[in-house]
Amino acid sequence: MIERALWACAALSVLVTVGIVGVLAWDAAAFFRDVSPVAFLTGRTWTPLFRTQSFGVLPIVAGTVLVMAIAMLVAVPAGLVSALYLSEYAPPRVRRMAKPALEVLAGVPTVVYGYFALLFVTPWLRTWIPGLAGFNALGPGLVMGLMILPLVSSLCDDAFSAVPQGLREGAFALGATRLQAATGVVLPAAMSGVSAAVILAISRAIGETMIVAIAAGQQPRFTANPLVPIETMTAYIVQVSLGDVPTGTREYRTIFAVGMLLFGATLALNLCSDWLRRRMAGAPR
Amino acid sequence: MIDARGRDRAFHALGLAVLLAALAALGVLLWDVVADGAGRLSWAFVTGYPSRRASNAGLLPALAGSVWLVGLAALLAMPIGVGAAIALEEYGGRGRWARLIEINIANLAGVPSIIYGLLGLGLFVRALRLERTLLAGAATLALLMLPLVILTAREALRAVPLSLREASLALGATKWQTVWHHVLPAALPGLLTGLILAVSRVIGEAAPLIVIGALTYVPFVPDGPLSPFTALPIQIYAWTSRPGTGFRANAAAAILVLLAVLLVTNSLAIWLRDRSSRRRPA
Repeated sequence: MIERALWACAALSVLVTVGIVGVLAWDAAAFFRDVSPVAFLTGRTWTPLFRTQSFGVLPIVAGTVLVMAIAMLVAVPAGLVSALYLSEYAPPRVRRMAKPALEVLAGVPTVVYGYFALLFVTPWLRTWIPGLAGFNALGPGLVMGLMILPLVSSLCDDAFSAVPQGLREGAFALGATRLQAATGVVLPAAMSGVSAAVILAISRAIGETMIVAIAAGQQPRFTANPLVPIETMTAYIVQVSLGDVPTGTREYRTIFAVGMLLFGATLALNLCSDWLRRRMAGAPR
Repeated sequence: MIDARGRDRAFHALGLAVLLAALAALGVLLWDVVADGAGRLSWAFVTGYPSRRASNAGLLPALAGSVWLVGLAALLAMPIGVGAAIALEEYGGRGRWARLIEINIANLAGVPSIIYGLLGLGLFVRALRLERTLLAGAATLALLMLPLVILTAREALRAVPLSLREASLALGATKWQTVWHHVLPAALPGLLTGLILAVSRVIGEAAPLIVIGALTYVPFVPDGPLSPFTALPIQIYAWTSRPGTGFRANAAAAILVLLAVLLVTNSLAIWLRDRSSRRRPA
């Protein structure tokens, strides 16, 4: 009896997934009865809230990818270098202090990062880049990179720690410096773990909401220019949620179609990352 | 021409520099928020009601809303999460179902929080007709907390020594008696630490609450689970998005309150973890 109740609790997690897919599919299906999926996925104008509606999702996909790419340009190199430093160079005392300090970065609520991006980073960037708009992809992208850095750093650190010490000692015995051992032996051996970290970071960046909702703007635009206002998929969902779009209309259902795209993309990336991590050399589990 | 040893030293310096730059950025963030918001922070601000005039606006409904939300969410997520963890860890088995549930929980932990908002909107707000109430918001946040609670609860259960279970079973206790009287009390500090960590994650969540339709202007303190509500991160978002330096100062002051709350919950989690590890030497 109790056992059954316990298993029901565990099964609830599966029901949550079923619920997510069900809720998204229900309204998205109604939306796709009106709008062809092909037009949705290949159209280059996104104006569902205008009088002349157009449902081409590519502009908000482009906005999402643009911010994500900027975030990755910050988070991946910085996360990799700091993880290599922590695992191969740092004395234990520095390591013990730096790891929790980095975790604080990951614990700051994203609405706070949004505030920081809009009211500190963008104004500061504008003193260097005169053409930068008040809402843009650059500021939130950089701040998102800062937010994701600890994730990359800690997963890469795990991957480096899983590399057997004997490999490093072999390299040192041949006269390699720490850098040569790190880049020639440790990094290649940890490659699947590092890729898993990068892919998970991409998934996190695509799903991140508040930073872009606050600081990136609400102008769906099919562009790779980081200096102008754009809109991401998540920011669009926020925009509609805050507006007074009537329930059950076509424009209201767009958020479920966009949500389904977002869920599909992040799920695929998470599965991919998980698979790579399982392959990791000497991984515990 | 730099030799290999020089490059090694250069990388050492680079690594340290990157680490320090990241921490410096954190420092700048905190300094910026303190510089903008410290002047607005006062007892009247914390206990005041929102206002259309920035200088009169207060935080009480948002603060109370957050406390209600997180309390209800914890009440919903804790029993279910711990129950699931016990099922997987103590009754476990390597069956196909257990595998499926495990993979599923790992994946749920990676679903963007805004998707949970859409789930809450479809399920609690519309299908169950809870409308924009605290209960709908708390249930949504509870689902968001669930994977984290299960993962940390399993770790806490795993840390309980096997000999404790064997001793209980040897005296003729049933499996459930063993779990209830011995394993759970021993794992309690770990379970609470996990719960607090999950709570401190959802305290800062704004996106799912915005999607389920939480209000941004609530001039009253919620009086029950079926009351409309606002929450700290939503109030911060609303103030940040308004033009004018007055509301931005309010946002910064509210951020300071939010960070203070997080500091308290995180210290509590660390204190609990330290206490439990001291009482049970490896």
